[in-house]
Amino acid sequence: MTEERLKLIMSKIKIFDVEYDDVNGTPRITPHTDNVLEVCEVLKEYPEISFDMLVDAVSVDRFTKNQRFEVIYNLYSNKYKDRLFIRVKLDSRIPEMHTLSVIWKSANWYEREAYDMMGIKFINHPDLRRVYMPEEFEHFPLRKDFPLMGISGSIPLPNK
Amino acid sequence: MPHTIYNDLKDSDNKIKKTKILQALESEDLNVTFSDALDNEMVLNMGPQHPATHGVLRLLVSLDGETVKKCIPELGYLHRGYEKLAESCSYHEFIPHTDRLDYLQPIANNVAYALAVEKLIHLDIPERAKYIRVIVSELGRIQSHLLSVGALFMDMGATTPFLWAIREREKILDIYDMVAGARFTTSYTRIGGVAQDFSAESVSAIKAFIKQFPKYLQEIRDLMERNKVFIVRSEGIGYLSKEDTIALGVTGPVLRAVGVDRDLRKDEPYLVYPDLNFEIPTYSDGDSLARYYVRAEEMVQSTRIIEQCLDKFPDGPIYADAAKKVLPRKEQVYTKMEELIHDFMLINFGVNPPLGESYMAVEASKGELGFYIISDGSGHPFRLKIRSPSFCNLQSVPAMIKECLISDTIVILGSLDPVMGEADK
Repeated sequence: MTEERLKLIMSKIKIFDVEYDDVNGTPRITPHTDNVLEVCEVLKEYPEISFDMLVDAVSVDRFTKNQRFEVIYNLYSNKYKDRLFIRVKLDSRIPEMHTLSVIWKSANWYEREAYDMMGIKFINHPDLRRVYMPEEFEHFPLRKDFPLMGISGSIPLPNK
Repeated sequence: MPHTIYNDLKDSDNKIKKTKILQALESEDLNVTFSDALDNEMVLNMGPQHPATHGVLRLLVSLDGETVKKCIPELGYLHRGYEKLAESCSYHEFIPHTDRLDYLQPIANNVAYALAVEKLIHLDIPERAKYIRVIVSELGRIQSHLLSVGALFMDMGATTPFLWAIREREKILDIYDMVAGARFTTSYTRIGGVAQDFSAESVSAIKAFIKQFPKYLQEIRDLMERNKVFIVRSEGIGYLSKEDTIALGVTGPVLRAVGVDRDLRKDEPYLVYPDLNFEIPTYSDGDSLARYYVRAEEMVQSTRIIEQCLDKFPDGPIYADAAKKVLPRKEQVYTKMEELIHDFMLINFGVNPPLGESYMAVEASKGELGFYIISDGSGHPFRLKIRSPSFCNLQSVPAMIKECLISDTIVILGSLDPVMGEADK
């Protein structure tokens, strides 16, 4: 991403008071959890910014006392051919945020995966079901407190 | 039209005369009456064991007659928890697991993962290793597209082009056997290089393959591209508009078939792609036929890339010169003290990248294959997220299948080319 373009993006979202850092060369912004939707709307709708594609959502369990969970959205602009990450920090006890599938349709499955693996709840999500694990599974396997060997009895075996 | 036949069956009182076959089907145990069978919507379960889904994909389809009204894909039948597994593997140990993601082109996954780790530890690899990686990943692209195109033909009932495509693919697998020592699960890359150098024998095998491949590809294309059955069954089928494709996060040939020239080899160049001369084929129709054409053209471009690589192929080492990060050669481990210590430390404690995060994506044959790695400074990743193109592309299936015929779902799945090993991780 060029310097001018980054300056332009930051000036457009200055009112939202976002944090800025970079992921090994790719810029990343961290807005407050309350105004993620507004920031994302600006990033998608402004023609000079135009992040029209949501490529991925990474859910992270930092295993800290406060703000344990994070979702890192991976945005791509087909017009300017560059990438931007948006990080949303979530509460440790009740990890929930508003869905981004109202802005980018592709967030639907990415958020379902984050819900399945990390137990992050997305408010107003159109179809928040598990993607990989069975529906009746109670745990969230990618959390750091879930053992690698699994929990015995958590998946009922079929009767002989 | 089924409904007109059905109307003929009605008698003057507008009651349905049951044909004998329906009477035979009804029984006391069965709780269904057939009086309005054709008026009702029906729910059909396709998969997970279904040859046309190319793996263990399950589709729940609601039908009105033969028309698909709604479709819900169900995943997870091949979920092995690789992201969880990665958190207890060292960076080297995870390389064989990447073979099992997109098992149609394992070597390109190896390259993608190695590049991701090298970006995390800021390691630059020698030129020769870069060229080798480009050659093997382009061979992987040809191999994957050959199977995808061939299977698409076979799903439509044409066996000959499938066999021809498999014959060509077999030659690539033989090259892999020579280069990496395995036909399928290659595990060819190492962090900082590749496992073995190309022998003179394998270089000549690749040259021979590249020389004859365009002719045989053209043969397959001649057989199908003017075949009426193929064109009628794929033209306009599985149409997805440009806006929808971008909104659904679809990448790869499916995105290039709607006229977006997104290819990470050009847009976020890695390895030696900036030095090579190739084009990004795009079509604007957005249907299954356009996707086929994109794949066919991409195979031609890959051939061009490999040709140029072999022309420019430099001599030199295939391992980066970084003893603390790169596994030493086995013969040195057995004879030299320093290498033995490094080998011991790397195997037991791992690469130990600096604290930080990194994302690296490559253009695999299905789309953007990315690895988001978070390191806490220890020998294994704190979190490794695989951005798998098949998973993200499958999200567009309901939008493509809507209002199509049930027989078209097979063509649409074939043109999308998902690999469940990668989609389910």
